[in-house]
Amino acid sequence: MSEITREQVAHLAELAHIDMTDAELDHMAEDLSSMVTLFGSISQVASDDVPATSHPVPLTNVFRDDDESHVLTNEQAVAYAPDAEDGQFKVPAILDAE
Amino acid sequence: MSETIVAFEDAVATYDPVLGFEVHVELNTKTKMFSSAPNAFGDAPNTNVNEVDLGLPGALPMVNKQAVEYGIRLGLALNCQIAEYCRFARKHYFYPDLSKNYQTSQSDEPIAFDGHLDVELEDGTVFRVEIERAHLEEDAGKLNHFGGAGRIHGSEYSLVDYNRAGVPLIEIVTKPIVGAGDRAPELAKAYVAAIRDIVKALDISDARMERGNVRCDANVSLMPKGADKFGTRSETKNVNSLRAIEAAVRFEIGRHAAILDAGEKVIQETRHWHADTKSTTSGRPKSDADDYRYMPDPDLAPIVVDQAWIDRVRAELPEMPAERRKRLHTAWGYSDEEFRDVINADLLDEIDETVSAGASAAAARKWWMGEIARLANAKDIAPAELGVTPAHIVEIEELIGAKKINDKIARQVIEHVVDGEGTPGEIVAARGLEVVSDDGALTTAVEEAMAANPDVVQRIKDGHMQAVGALIGPVMKATRGQADAGRVREIILEKING
Amino acid sequence: MAAGLAAQDFTSEALVQAHLDRIAEIDQGEGKLNAFLHVNTEGALATAREVDAIRAAGGAEAEALHPLAGVPIAIKDLVVTTDMPTTGASKFLDGWISPYDATVTLQIREAKMPILGKTNLDEFAMGSSTEHSGYGLTRNNWDANRIPGGSGGGSAVAVGSYQAPLALGTDTGGSIRQPAAFTGTVGTKPTYGAISRYGVISMASSLDQVGPVARTVEDAALLQDLLSGHDPKDATSLPEPIDGLSAAARSGKDLTGVKIGIIKELRGDGYQAEVLERFKETIQTLTDAGATCHEVSLPNLEHALAAYYLIMSSEVSSNMARFDGVRYGKRVTPTEGPLTIERVMGASRAAGFGDEVKRRVLLGTYALSSGYYDAFYGKAQKVRTLIQRDFSAAFEDVDVLISPSMPSVAFEIGAKVDDPTAMYRADVTVIPVNLAGIPAISVPSGLVNGLPVGVQLMAPIKEDARLYQIGAALESILTDQWGGPLLAQQPGETAANA
Repeated sequence: MSEITREQVAHLAELAHIDMTDAELDHMAEDLSSMVTLFGSISQVASDDVPATSHPVPLTNVFRDDDESHVLTNEQAVAYAPDAEDGQFKVPAILDAE
Repeated sequence: MSETIVAFEDAVATYDPVLGFEVHVELNTKTKMFSSAPNAFGDAPNTNVNEVDLGLPGALPMVNKQAVEYGIRLGLALNCQIAEYCRFARKHYFYPDLSKNYQTSQSDEPIAFDGHLDVELEDGTVFRVEIERAHLEEDAGKLNHFGGAGRIHGSEYSLVDYNRAGVPLIEIVTKPIVGAGDRAPELAKAYVAAIRDIVKALDISDARMERGNVRCDANVSLMPKGADKFGTRSETKNVNSLRAIEAAVRFEIGRHAAILDAGEKVIQETRHWHADTKSTTSGRPKSDADDYRYMPDPDLAPIVVDQAWIDRVRAELPEMPAERRKRLHTAWGYSDEEFRDVINADLLDEIDETVSAGASAAAARKWWMGEIARLANAKDIAPAELGVTPAHIVEIEELIGAKKINDKIARQVIEHVVDGEGTPGEIVAARGLEVVSDDGALTTAVEEAMAANPDVVQRIKDGHMQAVGALIGPVMKATRGQADAGRVREIILEKING
Repeated sequence: MAAGLAAQDFTSEALVQAHLDRIAEIDQGEGKLNAFLHVNTEGALATAREVDAIRAAGGAEAEALHPLAGVPIAIKDLVVTTDMPTTGASKFLDGWISPYDATVTLQIREAKMPILGKTNLDEFAMGSSTEHSGYGLTRNNWDANRIPGGSGGGSAVAVGSYQAPLALGTDTGGSIRQPAAFTGTVGTKPTYGAISRYGVISMASSLDQVGPVARTVEDAALLQDLLSGHDPKDATSLPEPIDGLSAAARSGKDLTGVKIGIIKELRGDGYQAEVLERFKETIQTLTDAGATCHEVSLPNLEHALAAYYLIMSSEVSSNMARFDGVRYGKRVTPTEGPLTIERVMGASRAAGFGDEVKRRVLLGTYALSSGYYDAFYGKAQKVRTLIQRDFSAAFEDVDVLISPSMPSVAFEIGAKVDDPTAMYRADVTVIPVNLAGIPAISVPSGLVNGLPVGVQLMAPIKEDARLYQIGAALESILTDQWGGPLLAQQPGETAANA
């Protein structure tokens, strides 16, 4: 299976929102490459007619009735916020806005 | 940056617009899509949340059965197929209003798909819009921006309120809509209005657009007339009123045409609608960086809908808007033109409620389509937002019926209701607007008018009855319009003939 | 122990105090075992005194006490508790206290089991050695220079070194069974969905399962009996409880008629010779007890490791997304460059997560990303189907399947920490069970060079009772052979601790 390049790792780290130093990128490229080598053979296994299993025990229609239950108090909600103001979570400016 | 816009008429003479809509409808369930916290609007920030809505470690989602039921209900109303089996997926992107940094949504396994909706345009033409799918998902929290004029760009910081996080949504996605031509903006408005009316009739949403219960993303692209290959589209986000939808589509058609006329390429991007300037501005270009890494949500069980469930929901479907229109048209006895005007003015609900509250159909139409619509138009808002209620109209009709006010004063009363001065009865009392029916005061005014206009009196005596009007005028003037005109006429005739 | 409490031979308070003393003596401090991240001295004693008071008062309330009332327990620090911090052994959650209790925490409180504290693990349960804890490694109770296994090394060592009679673990890919094998304790991974996951920090949702860690099979059964049952907050929890497990554990040594399948693919290459030797002896012991043992083949297990790591890491990448420094947990503000929330998230996650978590998040992000999904995550789910089919086919002929719990004894600290794939390969025996959702137990089966090894029994979905019946029988025969429990053979231990 193909190697994972440093650039690919940088892209993955960006998608996953984890900052990485150059040294970490090199290190992770190595680790990920060996993992993909070890696990990559799976792409050759199982034909198209085999169904995928997303849930190990097949349950369906597990629902909740539309009844209100507990809520947290505002104090509980923001108790461990790294930064809060007026009962809301405070975050710096958002640049990459949608 | 101000953009070149081609006049709409010129644009649609050269190009065929292709439309597409994604309408998000907030459901009016008691609790959220995946948590038992209340689904409520307007409460203090972060008070309608629990561990699920905040994405706390260890919290797990559980599907609200009512929301699924609503999905089936809407699917049937939109003539869709209902999925026998569907799963929720996780759509990953990091954003602070998304507490888990993924949105749980039925992305490629919608509960309803392949439907259609017949949309009636202003002149009664019916246009069929094909529905690709309607799927369930959860809303995000709300970001409040501070600094930089409250807009996201240039703001210094934002505060996050997760009360809305997890509110159940149904997203309705159309197939590309071709062939609307110069009626594209009108169709856009009519389509969203139709969706709004349906979800309201189904009682699955409060459907209040001003609160964001119904939000529309409008896709617009152009292709040269006669072509069959779609152009590059723009997606105008969160257009939240019927007028804005019509205007946004109109604007985008003109903007695209200008770009194409100049031989340039339209960029595939999101656009933001600005109600103040009636124009759109560029949002974020769609890029390959959007990699949502969808996966079936392993925390939620798949949904299986059998025929019995579908049959039960179908049997319980309420009257649909089209049937309701037919019923009301007959019941109210309006002419076709009158009824269509009501529909186009979007005042069906208001008139229906007013009639239900006790007014006659004719009176309800007269006030909503007349004075109230005029005032709303002057303020550039929807008539329903003026603050005049069906109960106010009924009260005004009662005051007129009791001859306490006349039509002219009633119009003044409505203006004062709009100004927030209270109910019609309170306003009439407070402002002393009650009609003058005291014969003593009227007789004095009539005598003064007769004395001042002997020639008119002589003409009436000669049999020219229409000349009475020339005496009523000065009497009304003397009583500041509060006289009962019928009674004034009677007194004049009594004097002359007596 | 439970019997002693019920007979009031000793008090719960004395029992809890003895365990707290032992924790203080051998666990906490430089170079010690470090099984506990948090010791709940006051809370545990308070619960103990409450139980003692109820017992002393007698009457209906005493009668109604759960058999485990007053028996202390340790909880893996992946399970949220309102009265103690929950960290998942991650620096990201340093000092965080949950505003809600996990369902299993509530069940333990309901049974009035004093909670001794929270045990160490690999960060967010990712690892096989407890070396990846953000709060220092845990040492093996048999040899302080060796790892105790992972991720639940803390719970296994707490139980193995007599610091706690029972502990709660979680098993995503062997995190209960592998440490049990390395520490000479009993650990069960119940059927997927048997015990609620609500309030257990999700690692890989479709693989995670809570389970008991104990010194005997019957103790494990008692604890699983307590925790079994449907949780309306967990959509993956089974509708019916899997119970009667402690009764099954008391059904005796006779295994006549029991059919056991020896998995061909889980022995041979890569297995330590002495481990295979002990395994052969175990098979002989089971045969002597009346069971019939024969070899069966599950050919798709060859791909289990790959399927497991791709599914696990994909779900990990998704479940870890919520740790962003907005609502709770670590926030790191970059000192250079523009201050945006995106950059704060990136810096916070970089600082809060250890290497192993980052590795798995990146691998999962890769496996789910566009263009790779079908080849990796999609294929892994198909292989999961094939593995489930292999197990189903095997269980048509046999009651349970058997394998060595691990290919080797516990390795030395640091031996594999720099070679993640070597660490992963060692999990080959335990992970197929998680992919299939079936239950499995690891029971101590002897020593290799003075270190414990275990044997793993596997049963079909919902047939957890078979594990307890056969496991208890084997344990009973072996304990007779050894002249006491295996744990009594630990260096420096005496039977007095039992």
